[in-house]
Amino acid sequence: MRLDLAHIQRWIEPGSRVLDLGCGNGEFLQLLRDQRQVRGTGIEIDPQEITAAIERGLNIVEQNLDQGLANFPDRSFDTVVMAHALQAVHFPDRVLDEMLRIGREGIVTFPNFGHWRCRVHLGTRGRMPVSRFMPYNWYDTPNIHFCTVNDFEALCEQKNIRILARDVVGNTQRQPLLATTWPNLFATTAIYHITR
Amino acid sequence: MTLQDNRQSVGIVTPRVARFSEPLALACGRELVDYELVYETYGELNAQRSNAVLICHALSGHHHAAGYHSEEDKKPGWWEECIGPGKPIDTDRFFVVSLNNLGGCHGSTGPTSINPQTGEPWGPDFPPLRARDWVNSQARLADSLGIDCWAAVVGGSLGGMQAMRWSLEYPDRIRHCIVIAAAMKLSAQNLAFNEVARQAILSDPAFADGHYHERGTVPSQGLALARMVGHITYLSDHAMANKFGRDLRSGSFEQGEEKNVEFQVQSYLRYQGSQFSGNFDANTYMLMTRALDYFDLAREYDNDPVAAFSHARCSFLVISFSTDWRFSPARSREIVDALIAADRPVTYAEIEADEGHDAFLLPIPRYMDVFSAYMRRVGETA
Repeated sequence: MRLDLAHIQRWIEPGSRVLDLGCGNGEFLQLLRDQRQVRGTGIEIDPQEITAAIERGLNIVEQNLDQGLANFPDRSFDTVVMAHALQAVHFPDRVLDEMLRIGREGIVTFPNFGHWRCRVHLGTRGRMPVSRFMPYNWYDTPNIHFCTVNDFEALCEQKNIRILARDVVGNTQRQPLLATTWPNLFATTAIYHITR
Repeated sequence: MTLQDNRQSVGIVTPRVARFSEPLALACGRELVDYELVYETYGELNAQRSNAVLICHALSGHHHAAGYHSEEDKKPGWWEECIGPGKPIDTDRFFVVSLNNLGGCHGSTGPTSINPQTGEPWGPDFPPLRARDWVNSQARLADSLGIDCWAAVVGGSLGGMQAMRWSLEYPDRIRHCIVIAAAMKLSAQNLAFNEVARQAILSDPAFADGHYHERGTVPSQGLALARMVGHITYLSDHAMANKFGRDLRSGSFEQGEEKNVEFQVQSYLRYQGSQFSGNFDANTYMLMTRALDYFDLAREYDNDPVAAFSHARCSFLVISFSTDWRFSPARSREIVDALIAADRPVTYAEIEADEGHDAFLLPIPRYMDVFSAYMRRVGETA
């Protein structure tokens, strides 16, 4: 289980309805179903991931997030989750709006481009960072909208999105304090619980 | 040897006939006093009677979906790719029921059967049918087989429409509804193609307004034409290009006018047309295309598909194929969207496939994966 997923499940009410945007193989939805009796639906575009999620007995809809979510009615879910997909969509700001139209609450996780390693990489080498967390080259990456913790919070403020909680995953689990205290510098993954 | 060849068939199967003597009230207001349904079964019904799967056939389909009728039989059932041991509808796990719809011409009561009131074949006087009539007759077949609730009702094309109708008419008798390459209603373009097909039959003098039995004629030209039009719409442009291109079967361009130049695609269509016209009844074709035309899932629910699906209680799997222009992915997405809005559990896959509408009959790897994965889940709760 990815750390960010382990972090966010406590924000999800048992028995609630959850929509997972970019649900991958459905690992998280399965966890929510088995441990929190959540009624979940996943959206995914990768054929292999879709089959894997069907194998898990989940409800998966093949749909491209970039083509919108207009087919999901207002308030049709309690929580809309998007883990590590914000940076890969064409219009992250519109997806956020859609998340909070469809669900009462949203949970977003994304890799923090403001992490000190990224800064050092870019600052000293003058090249876009490639690391274990971001293993792509600039030209072949699915991650087309990187942002930092501060960028995201500025967008939320601009859009009147309320941040109910923020959580972070640091570089090492031994130093959570650094990431919590200076997230923009030390969080590798940022995790937000949001609403309107 | 391909993966398909390694997998097994249900082997030799024997059709059975179920007779029903309780009158069946039809959507048109008339009733069938008694009728027969021809069907096949594959696999074993479990002790809880919870593993039964109903196969709904498409426009020109029939009960023979899998296996062979004899050792000499060269051609297996029409959905051999999907039904059998280890196949998506795994007969080691499921008890599969496949019937010829009422109004058909492969053994179930239809226009070629004898009208008990006249002692003559029904012909064009056979009552018009709707998908719900099929569903009602299938429910009686389920009763006769001791099946209270289907683990799944499965269908492609017109069969998928029947499966959806099942989910609304008998919500307590179906746990999973599998809708492949279907739509909630036909588009104007689809209606148009069906009209051309029917006009082809109607304009064949041998059809004689449907009274060809009495005349001793066979409207084979009309039927063949109807089938040719249909076949064009079942294939994608790409599939036709791949399969035939502009290849010649006979003659040459150089010979010009002197000798007949024939393209492979012409020969293919004629072959399909003539094969079909030898095996299918024209009145049944008229009846089936009309049932297809008039199918409108949500009409009686104020034309609101969400209101319609709110009556369903089962889970849904919806599958479409990228190059299917007869029942395009957009039509399947309408089904999915209505199910989402109605808060029904739904899984949807849009399969990349070059083969057009016909793809639902073919062993396309991703299609088989999705179908198998979903059916395993159906089996786990059966």
